[in-house]
Amino acid sequence: MSDHSSLMPRRREVHPEPYWTDYKTSLTRSPNLPLLSMESTVSEETGPRFGHNLLGSLDNNLILNYSQGKELAIGERIRVHGCVLDETGRGVPHTLVEIWQANAGGRYRHVKDTYFAPLDPNFGGCGRTITDENGFYEFMTIRPGAYPWPNRANDWRPMHIHFSIFGHAFGQRLISQMYFQGDPLIDLCPIAATVRDRSQLDALVAPLDIQQSRGMDYLAYKFDIVLRGRRQTMFENKPEGM
Amino acid sequence: MVQKLTQWTETASQTAGPYVHIGCIPTFAGIEGVYPEDLGLSPISIAAKGQVITITGSLFDGTGWAIRDAMIESWQADGAGLYAGQVGADPNVSGFCRFAADKDTGEFILKTIKPGPVKNRDGKMMAPHISLWIVARGINIGLSTRVYFDDEDNSADPLLVRIEQGPRVDSLIAKKTAAWQYRFDIRLQGQGETVFLDL
Repeated sequence: MSDHSSLMPRRREVHPEPYWTDYKTSLTRSPNLPLLSMESTVSEETGPRFGHNLLGSLDNNLILNYSQGKELAIGERIRVHGCVLDETGRGVPHTLVEIWQANAGGRYRHVKDTYFAPLDPNFGGCGRTITDENGFYEFMTIRPGAYPWPNRANDWRPMHIHFSIFGHAFGQRLISQMYFQGDPLIDLCPIAATVRDRSQLDALVAPLDIQQSRGMDYLAYKFDIVLRGRRQTMFENKPEGM
Repeated sequence: MVQKLTQWTETASQTAGPYVHIGCIPTFAGIEGVYPEDLGLSPISIAAKGQVITITGSLFDGTGWAIRDAMIESWQADGAGLYAGQVGADPNVSGFCRFAADKDTGEFILKTIKPGPVKNRDGKMMAPHISLWIVARGINIGLSTRVYFDDEDNSADPLLVRIEQGPRVDSLIAKKTAAWQYRFDIRLQGQGETVFLDL
């Protein structure tokens, strides 16, 4: 059971359209031909594991980790927290969660980002953590700025944080983006619009969690993440008839 | 009425975007010092058992252009066909690697050991292969594929035999170019399109 049964098939209809006219780059980077579907094998059911000893003490604090604790990054202080679950609703313990984001002005610290909003000398924009035994994680960071991007002539990305999650199987691997409650740019964004199921897009929008916010310090946002689950059966671990 | 099925829906994917390197391999983006080193620099350590090989390739978009901003992750078994975490697996093979298309040429390089044939849950053997997961700007959900090898017997591999159009099998087979060196190009769309997987 648990880690040795097959993964539930991915429900492609709850994911974005690979080919989406308004997101121009997708037009030449999406396969024309159907994917080859079959039941997962041991190659998808196993995956890399990372121990808590991987982490430095500031890895999940993007306000401080670029200056290594010496200076604070500029921006609205936020805490992002939530749970990594699977489709059966169980928490996914001890799994790596990585995030990256623009700074408060909407600029990424990347050799290829040339937007003229200034870099913050104290903000790198990457962080990572590992969920606890219940699947819980949290980060301290600053709210990223919205920014324009070259697609249609006046396209803007809503404020967002990129998330990368491993789970316990390579077939669970997921990269997504967290948006912020109330951002009017979400409904104008052609990348958000690749998710056609409105409830699935809503599930990418983190609500303000005022009860978990701390006065005179930070606002909290809650973002739960659901990974593929596994079938829960003892039947399939033996060849039929054995 | 019937009992209610309680199940959660997988979080929707979103593109990794052009700056995926910041979060996954920050030194590629020019960010130093947050972590001691990037995660997944190598899938093996020096004492790994097996033959060291190099796989070189490019990722071509539908116009034939080698894209410059992709990140790839690989996951593989050790030289005896065991994955990290399985009983008896080689402790010097993590099996996991991250690498990027070069930002000027688009070429990627994976240096690893050749995996052994892998026994599946049903007892059937899979030919030696490396799983790849590809993310980039314009890819809205990560693309999965596998690298097989042209100097192995792939004839009974349970995945390859599922591919209806014989010539498409070639898109998953790395070509030997020299001793212990292979070429594996990935075509995201169009002529010679790589077989992408939904497993």
